[in-house]
Amino acid sequence: MTTSVETATGVKKTMVLNMGPQHPSTHGVLRILLELDGETVLKAVPDVGYLHTGIEKSCEDKTYSQATTLTDRMDYLNPLGNNLVYALAVEKLLGLEVPKRAQYIRVMMVELQRISSHLVWLGTHAIDLGAMSVFLYCFREREEILKLFELFAGQRMMTSYIRIGGVALEPPAGWRDRVGKFLGMMPSRIDEYEALLTENRIWMARTKGVGVIKLEDAIAYSMTGPTLRAAGLAYDNRKVFPYSSYEEFDFSVPTRTDSDCFARYMLRIAEMRESLKIVKQAMEKISDSGPIKSEAAGIIPPQREKMKTEMEALIYHFKIFTEGFSPAPGEAYVTIESPRGELGCFIASDGSAKPLRCHFRSPSFINLQALPMIVEGQIIADVVACIGTIDIVLGDVDR
Amino acid sequence: MAENVNQNASAVVEHLRAWNSKAVEEVIEFHGETTIVVHHTLLRSVALECRDALQFNLLSDATCVDRYPVEPRFELQYHLTSIPNRTKIRLRTRVPGDQPNVDSLVPVWLGAGWLEREIFDLMGINFNDHPDLRRILLPDDWKGHPLRKDYPVEGFRDIPATYLPGLKK
Repeated sequence: MTTSVETATGVKKTMVLNMGPQHPSTHGVLRILLELDGETVLKAVPDVGYLHTGIEKSCEDKTYSQATTLTDRMDYLNPLGNNLVYALAVEKLLGLEVPKRAQYIRVMMVELQRISSHLVWLGTHAIDLGAMSVFLYCFREREEILKLFELFAGQRMMTSYIRIGGVALEPPAGWRDRVGKFLGMMPSRIDEYEALLTENRIWMARTKGVGVIKLEDAIAYSMTGPTLRAAGLAYDNRKVFPYSSYEEFDFSVPTRTDSDCFARYMLRIAEMRESLKIVKQAMEKISDSGPIKSEAAGIIPPQREKMKTEMEALIYHFKIFTEGFSPAPGEAYVTIESPRGELGCFIASDGSAKPLRCHFRSPSFINLQALPMIVEGQIIADVVACIGTIDIVLGDVDR
Repeated sequence: MAENVNQNASAVVEHLRAWNSKAVEEVIEFHGETTIVVHHTLLRSVALECRDALQFNLLSDATCVDRYPVEPRFELQYHLTSIPNRTKIRLRTRVPGDQPNVDSLVPVWLGAGWLEREIFDLMGINFNDHPDLRRILLPDDWKGHPLRKDYPVEGFRDIPATYLPGLKK
């Protein structure tokens, strides 16, 4: 890679510093070339692609149901959200209705995922700024969420729990107690993090007034998610373009106006509390019995019992797993609110069993391109705070 | 909700037709999504009109579909969102395979910068007046554009003989 940083002025002596790709505070494999005048950043050039695995190309060579497992592996802190956006896009192509019960289960799972993602963000961001203990507390609670995922899907991270047409498995016995226990515990734990950070003088000095993004710049750079809401605009896909029955849930979209690192921290804390509310409502809405998948012959695998008694079910089962299914030619674009912002999935079908094109609008990728605008003119120690605060996941950036 | 979105989208089409009778080549309605096909030479002016007159302030996504061997093979897709009007539309333009050049939309939305670099990298479309058109995900010395349909999934490298015992020496 020969990325060059052009010297801004010929008179002053500047230094070019290579940050990353193995620097711990770049949250993965992000490389930034910084041109410095003393400690002030004159120019920043992010260099991405170290984690590029060609997932979009691989999707074109898989059937629609096979590609589900690849989506988990993009944004590895939000695998359920990736499953959801992919499933919604394919369902839109097929014109498939998902049963309400499955929709509520989906909502509950992605909101738990949002909390877990924000916990990782909070822990790693705090460790970047020198608050070691917050990381340990955050990962303690994240572990509880991962155990819930293991309970539901048999997997902690790459669950592939949300499938085309519904969810993979019936909720396990005793899930209400386990999720209820988590909901009971969590509010006081969030208070604990706030006790450690919100009025901590070092934390405030490192985050207040640092990394300010003007609202018009944020929109021009297509920034979405907490970054945009901390700049004062309540743009949340769950409210503006509701999906998966979000319009039936009662929650608010927190906003801040300061648009600095501290505002984004406060906003994510508030979002965790809102997510807890949504999980609680979803638990009440999920009935004890009912379908978890839609019924569509030739698209959704039939129930195991039916395969033993019905000839057609056995044929469909065989066809779905060998040939796959073929949606009508056309395109679908779906956006959802991931913990990092607007996550989109574009699928073009040519009428065959494999997608002609499958593209993901990853919020990390698009938010990251505004990094030079944020850090130029700041001092080098604040670069770390700025990278942390836009909450990038490199798997999501590079795909 | 979904009906509302469509209502606004048809108003967008009417506005664009009134603004320039040649602007809209075709309108496609599919699953409640409105696709407006424009000629690639008019792309930037249509985009500017969408941003300034129709309040499409957010460029949600930009991507490209390769319909090889159909000509014009490339289809650029721009997904626009109007936050004030709660509307989404898709702008589409077809680009021929022998001269894949199109005006960059960075002057309209700064957020198009990396999205167009990604399309340049993986599909090989040239964007005129792009401020920094370099490969973004692949190394600088990569040959070819992997998301094109005439690029094999396995890539072009030779498979070492050790992986194919008995087949290759």
